[in-house]
Amino acid sequence: MAYSMSEIYSNCWSTTLCLPSVRGAGKPFINELLRELSQKGWSAQEIFGVHLAVEEALVNAIKHGNRLDENKQVRVCCRVLPDRLWIEIADEGCGFDPRCVPDCTADENLETPNGRGIMLMRSFMSRVEYSPQGNCVVLEKKREAES
Amino acid sequence: MAQYRRLTVSDVGDVTVVRFVDRKILDELNIQELGQELFQLVEEDNKTRLLLNFQHVEFLSSAALGKLITLDKKVKAHGGRMKLSNIRPEIYEVFAITKLNKLFDIKEDEADALAAF
Repeated sequence: MAYSMSEIYSNCWSTTLCLPSVRGAGKPFINELLRELSQKGWSAQEIFGVHLAVEEALVNAIKHGNRLDENKQVRVCCRVLPDRLWIEIADEGCGFDPRCVPDCTADENLETPNGRGIMLMRSFMSRVEYSPQGNCVVLEKKREAES
Repeated sequence: MAQYRRLTVSDVGDVTVVRFVDRKILDELNIQELGQELFQLVEEDNKTRLLLNFQHVEFLSSAALGKLITLDKKVKAHGGRMKLSNIRPEIYEVFAITKLNKLFDIKEDEADALAAF
């Protein structure tokens, strides 16, 4: 679908912010993002998926990336475009290799209580891409065609 | 029986029916507390036939799934059984993506679940 520049500008929302590495720090941002998506007519199903993916990514950055170190921050850049959501979340941790995260759906891992966040992010977003160091992730969600 | 902040607990015959107070189970501190209360049911109150009714739950994160997995292990270790019911389609999708629908015994509604004990 093609959009004119005026349509893009009038329908665009963006924000950049730095969050402290404390539990729940991303809640105001997530609430604002979900409100924007809702106002722009994204479906409840799409919003549910975005909510889950962004929540998991922020928890990963704050808890596993920065290890709740209050001297470290999580940087969030977010853009809502007419046809997609783009969001980058970067922490100051030493990173990780997402290929080394065990498959939580393998029979031998089904009873492992953690390690499901990345799989949920990949399932609900159109694209999930980590930086080579693994401390920055880009999430992208293409909006479903309106019926 | 102990008091719970995150759960409402009632007995139906010899099955303990557990409902969640929070509609959105995602705040980490709440999930910690939720886990402690669920584990307390098994380990201190000796409730080992558990039905978790998700009727009011609209959202849950992977951290909450982790607590359910640990709870399931504790129930089994105590020789008990656990079932889940009233899960909304979007939440069920989370269970299906992670294949936890294979690990947990999930029933359509509370009556189905109670009949299956």
